[in-house]
Amino acid sequence: MSKDNTPKIKELKEFISSVKKKEYGDSYLIAVLHKAQDLFGYVSREVMDEISLAMNIPTAHIWGVATFYHYFSLSPKGKHSVSVCMGTACYVKGADKVLQAIKDHLKIEVGQTTKDGLFTLQEARCLGACGLAPVVMIDDKIYGNVTEKNAVSILKEHIQPL
Amino acid sequence: MPEKIKITINDKDYEVRANQTIMQAADSVGFKIPRLCYHPKLSIEGACRVCIVEVEGMRNFVASCAYPIYDGMKIRTNTDELRRARRDIVELILDNHPLDCHTCERDGNCELQRLAYAMGIKTRHFEGEKKHYDIDVSSTSVVRNPNKCILCGRCVRICSEVQAVHNLGFSHRGFKTVVMPAYNEAFSDTVCSTCGQCINVCPTAAFVEKNYTQDVFEALSRNDVIKIAQVAPSVRAAIGEDFGLPAGRNMEKETAAALRKLGFDYVFDTQFSADLTIVEEANELLYRIKTGGKLPMITSCSAAWMKYMEQFFPDLIDNISTCKSPMSMMGAMIKTYFAEKIKADPKNIVSVAVMCCTAKKYEAARPELMVNGMRGVDHMITTREAAWMIKSAGIDLVNIKGEEFDEPLGMSSGAGAIFGATGGVMEAAIRTAYEILTGKEMPDLDVKAVRGLKGIKEGAVMMGDKEIRVAVAHGLGNAAELLQEVRKNPDKYHFIEVMGCPGGCVGGGGQPYVGLNCIPLDEGLLKKRAEALYNLDKNKKYRKSHENPDIKKIYKEFLGEPLGKKSHELLHTHYKQHFPQGIIPGGGKC
Repeated sequence: MSKDNTPKIKELKEFISSVKKKEYGDSYLIAVLHKAQDLFGYVSREVMDEISLAMNIPTAHIWGVATFYHYFSLSPKGKHSVSVCMGTACYVKGADKVLQAIKDHLKIEVGQTTKDGLFTLQEARCLGACGLAPVVMIDDKIYGNVTEKNAVSILKEHIQPL
Repeated sequence: MPEKIKITINDKDYEVRANQTIMQAADSVGFKIPRLCYHPKLSIEGACRVCIVEVEGMRNFVASCAYPIYDGMKIRTNTDELRRARRDIVELILDNHPLDCHTCERDGNCELQRLAYAMGIKTRHFEGEKKHYDIDVSSTSVVRNPNKCILCGRCVRICSEVQAVHNLGFSHRGFKTVVMPAYNEAFSDTVCSTCGQCINVCPTAAFVEKNYTQDVFEALSRNDVIKIAQVAPSVRAAIGEDFGLPAGRNMEKETAAALRKLGFDYVFDTQFSADLTIVEEANELLYRIKTGGKLPMITSCSAAWMKYMEQFFPDLIDNISTCKSPMSMMGAMIKTYFAEKIKADPKNIVSVAVMCCTAKKYEAARPELMVNGMRGVDHMITTREAAWMIKSAGIDLVNIKGEEFDEPLGMSSGAGAIFGATGGVMEAAIRTAYEILTGKEMPDLDVKAVRGLKGIKEGAVMMGDKEIRVAVAHGLGNAAELLQEVRKNPDKYHFIEVMGCPGGCVGGGGQPYVGLNCIPLDEGLLKKRAEALYNLDKNKKYRKSHENPDIKKIYKEFLGEPLGKKSHELLHTHYKQHFPQGIIPGGGKC
């Protein structure tokens, strides 16, 4: 963990000591993991070690919780999160082809982050915009009627010239 | 009188104790509901659903292991519908399990196999995706094979609830759930104490010991080396079980004979080196008491306990007796004293230890226990591995003519025999320390306070006008509890014995898998194995380690005196703090 993280670690530890005092302090593990992800963007092994020490919870248990919930990311996330909806409506309208096109273009698999740290690719289950199927969400913006062809140009919108 | 309530099971009325589960109540009246993830010594998981029963008025079947009874409850345990549902449940478990029973380590000893048979699964109706994971063979002692895991969670529970190691957990979810250490770390890098209790409670072969039988067979086939075996006390008390004999049969002479038939040139008794350990350890205790050394002194014989201590209680390292374990003392004596005696180059000796333990595999490989640059114990095999080798070589252990151990490392006192049971090391040490300190015979050699299966036992022995306060813990969870007390109250005891496994070595991670109608960790079973050792003690000519004539001889001929220069070099060692990942509640950084 780099030194720049010291204030963040401090904040996390303060959060832990505030919840530890409460009744059933251990049960705040999920809240603590949320806090960690908010602070660092993902839950690293080093952070789980710190949580284990501060909360007195075995790392095997923390690892179990962190891997159980898809929300928690165990590796650093890209600047932009790309979620391709694989819900039923999107799927029948060709979401698998859109996903493949994005994978090919970014040269990563689902769950991975591009080398330049720009994009993290995810699959989503129904984003509730079935009328626009197939749907891709980049950060908090929804793109409808995505095709194999325009998927790549949508991604390019997010690459800012240096 | 405990409160009684009326329930009906399979249309028959019973009056049973209140405040228990359906399964417990059914057990008490003779209905053994099929089960899988349940273990009476562990918390209730309710994961496998095999133990479902029908309760009148309930819409769904309930898991009998987790559901409490109430007055007037009407239960059915064996309807057609239940049988079908149970069969489907077990079939679905089998569906994601390798179909390699005939080549599996647990063939014939597998609870899933037995259950499938009992459920009457003759054909397979489901065919689905199967999991494929790498097998973790990184540990010296324990092999983790997630492909055979059925997610009953017994290993997770024993590792945390009984052993307080907390090395295992469920990671990921649904179909992708895997039992693994934190961060999917290689086992060799984890806090695993290598005690092997996960192996004992696993219903399948998701955990097995690292098998060294091939190495031993290869060594045995060589003519250019001298092959020497040593046998731990608890092996003789349990190995018969692997050959269909009832628990508690002492197979000492048969085991010695069988090992010779396997090809060992000499078969020595670890009970001899247990006597040696006691002479050193009792003297060390008295030396510490006399000179104001670090107290309480804590025993160091249990290999799993040593690894656990280095990780979780490094602040107590100075309290640990510097004595090597009986296995390692024997290894050292084989490669020095005995090699000199038979004028052999110790490099041409292959020393094999047959132990009830998986952690001793880790101990045997410890660099700090090397003897003149060599390993004292080249290979360590468990009771199970030894039993398999004996069977595999076509040796009839049951009907074999018994033989004695070899001299000069084969004679033992009763004190050496009881080393295998919890409290045994303490009792043996007290017998010797008493006589050294007071110069008088101990009036009653049986130290009852430290016997039995209570988790933490305490006692005090008057040695002359000095009161020696002792405590004994077995199972690492009990040990952790006792040592927390020591941290808080360092003057409470003089001497503490810790054994890593429940029941002591008789319940070791390398002992035979339990047979039908028995469960791992069963107290009745542990008691019977321990009884075999206490009976050995009762009938021995010598019952005190320092009276063993061969122990006297080895000091006279070779070692000099207890705690002397040579002893120090060959029989003592030091431990150091280790920092693998993992946290024990209350334990601090590890």
